[in-house]
Amino acid sequence: MAQARASTASTSSAGSSGDYPPFNQRHLLSIADLQQHEIVDLLDRAEAMVPVSRQERKSHPTLSGKTQINLFFEPSTRTQGSFEIAGKRLGALVMNMSVKTSSVSKGETLIDTAATLNAMRPDVIVVRHSAAGAVELLSQKVGCAVINAGDGAHEHPTQALLDALTIRRHKGRISGLTVAICGDIANSRVVRSNLLLLGALNVRTRVIAPRNLLPAGIENLATEVFTDMREGLRGADVVMTLRLQHERAQGRMIPSVREYYRFYGLDAEKLAFAKPDAIVMHPGPMNRGVEIDPAIADGVQSVINEQVEMGVAVRMAVLDALLPTRNEA
Amino acid sequence: MTAPLLIENARILDPASGTDAVGAVLVENGLIAEIAIGRPIGVPDGAEVINAHGLMLSPGLIDMRVFTGEPGKEYRETLASAGEAAAAGGVTSFVMMPDTTPVVDDGALVDFLIRRAKATSKVNVLPAGAITKGLNGTEMTEYGLLQEAGAVCLTDGRHSIQCTSMLRTAMSYAANFGLTFVHHVSDTDLTGPGVMNEGLFATILGLKGIPREAETIPLARDLQLAALTGVKYHAAQISCAASVELVAAAKKRNKSVTAGVSINNLALNENDIGRYRTFFKLSTPLRSEDDRQAIIEGLRSGAVDTIHSDHDPQDTEVKRQPFAEASDGAIGLETLLAAALRLVHSGDVEILTVLRAMTSRPAEILGLSSGRIAVGAPADLILVDLDYPWQVDETALRSRSRNTSFEGARLAGKVMRTIVGGETVYLHED
Repeated sequence: MAQARASTASTSSAGSSGDYPPFNQRHLLSIADLQQHEIVDLLDRAEAMVPVSRQERKSHPTLSGKTQINLFFEPSTRTQGSFEIAGKRLGALVMNMSVKTSSVSKGETLIDTAATLNAMRPDVIVVRHSAAGAVELLSQKVGCAVINAGDGAHEHPTQALLDALTIRRHKGRISGLTVAICGDIANSRVVRSNLLLLGALNVRTRVIAPRNLLPAGIENLATEVFTDMREGLRGADVVMTLRLQHERAQGRMIPSVREYYRFYGLDAEKLAFAKPDAIVMHPGPMNRGVEIDPAIADGVQSVINEQVEMGVAVRMAVLDALLPTRNEA
Repeated sequence: MTAPLLIENARILDPASGTDAVGAVLVENGLIAEIAIGRPIGVPDGAEVINAHGLMLSPGLIDMRVFTGEPGKEYRETLASAGEAAAAGGVTSFVMMPDTTPVVDDGALVDFLIRRAKATSKVNVLPAGAITKGLNGTEMTEYGLLQEAGAVCLTDGRHSIQCTSMLRTAMSYAANFGLTFVHHVSDTDLTGPGVMNEGLFATILGLKGIPREAETIPLARDLQLAALTGVKYHAAQISCAASVELVAAAKKRNKSVTAGVSINNLALNENDIGRYRTFFKLSTPLRSEDDRQAIIEGLRSGAVDTIHSDHDPQDTEVKRQPFAEASDGAIGLETLLAAALRLVHSGDVEILTVLRAMTSRPAEILGLSSGRIAVGAPADLILVDLDYPWQVDETALRSRSRNTSFEGARLAGKVMRTIVGGETVYLHED
């Protein structure tokens, strides 16, 4: 049976390398749930999806007849759009649920919402929610696959996968690199997913932030912890900056945007401490002049737009990897 | 007038006297009339005789921290349903927190609750009076009148008074009446949006943490104010190693200081939250295993005085939410004893020490005549099979709410019979 499933997966997908057991997860809730070979499998599948998005007829209809619901309790133009395009390129019927007009705002619980959606018999639900663990809670109440598109400060697994794919394409490898992540570490779901994923792939991870934006125990998740940008960036292969929420720069967490940019904004002077061929990444949307100098954001080392492109490929790969398994279950 | 009750061949465990011996107890007119160790008691005419061979006979438990839904939220819990759960758990008296609708901040309401409890509850309900009106933390209630009406202590329940001058005034005034001042220590500003213990596990889950200092800073303040004012001070529930140290140090200087722990903090740790299990979302939060071990040591050393259930019924709607959005609290009356016996079965704590924290110590702190097996004391007694294995089935619990943090837990030790004022109010049936 396992053999049959593997062969179906490889013919329906755009390219698992076939060197690993079949991707057999029911949901994608967290990087922490994935084995190393599953991460590599998803990256290989995503790599194979890149040409699909670049060809004239951007269609790879392996999910024809499937229904995908994008359920976003928080606004997110980029991630929601990326999942929508990914689903459509695979031939799925994609429906975007608008939270503002839904009954969630009228006091309906998340679980009631899950039951209602489940009754519509979707094949996959992509969920973004402001509360950590909310996506997992919802996944327990539905019969279809669930993809975490960001839950509070917990995880954002497809962001980590697209970051890894971008790194691999530029550096030719991931293992052995030094990746520095700077900014609001305490409140970032992107950081958690990235540290788990990069850690699983033997990357030397560094986090750099003022102490009050470093969460308790972070030294157990990252290889090294820095409060000084220059020290943290020294010799890095990859520099990842994070968005600073404006409400944190109003005197309670950070004295001012001006001070933050002076000490933690990524500019040419600080970036010079990284390797000359270091790439610069940002999960977006950027605050130019807050966490990153516009000249760096748009400069030659920046791969930020490529991250967006890889996002579609990764989401196509994840949808493709989850749904054939569901078909045979 | 009920018939006399003679309990024979029981292993009598009475922490107040340090008794651990096989013997008999005679109950007459709701009081303990005679205790015999190593000698028989004659059977009075018409007496009911229980052969308790193989069972432990102990004072009924006194639970110092129980939230009810009544009045105001009877769908969560009534005095009757809490009484059923208490009786099944071996709790013969519980202190009812004033966090109700309306708040128990007036003598008339205390009087009403006592009468209502007598009419509907199987066990003794001991109302606590609020320290501040409406639990607002700013205006004192009428302590003398609350005491006259029957309030056994003062507390703002799950609310913590933040204003230091208000606390000083309230403690000073409470000291006039000898009322025990039970305070939940929490710096709400430092707690902020936190929902679980601050640390690596909270970081991994992406949840806001509550630092231990949100407990230790107000606790240190309270202990100093208790010394300043001379009040009988009881820290409602402490949860971490540093708090145990603070209380132990304060006790060397001030004999009027005591501290309680929730059975949850004694039996569980932050890892039990697992993947966002909201039944483990509690206030105070579950801490690390090191903290739990420190509390156990505190219980052994006497730094920790009491163990309570922190029974807090919450309905499904407010618990079936993402972790950060779910309400705090778990029920616990029915599982209190069996969960505490885990410490005994594991060899961590002597059985008399565990029982003392749920019988004679709360009685001493509150000034009750119960909580001991002594001639003339109320016949509030429990018979327990210490090794009886059972698994917690939340659907079979007697509370109106199902939010138990011991859901599915395998426990050893079951109450076979609960006696309140000489009357059997619970009898275990297989």
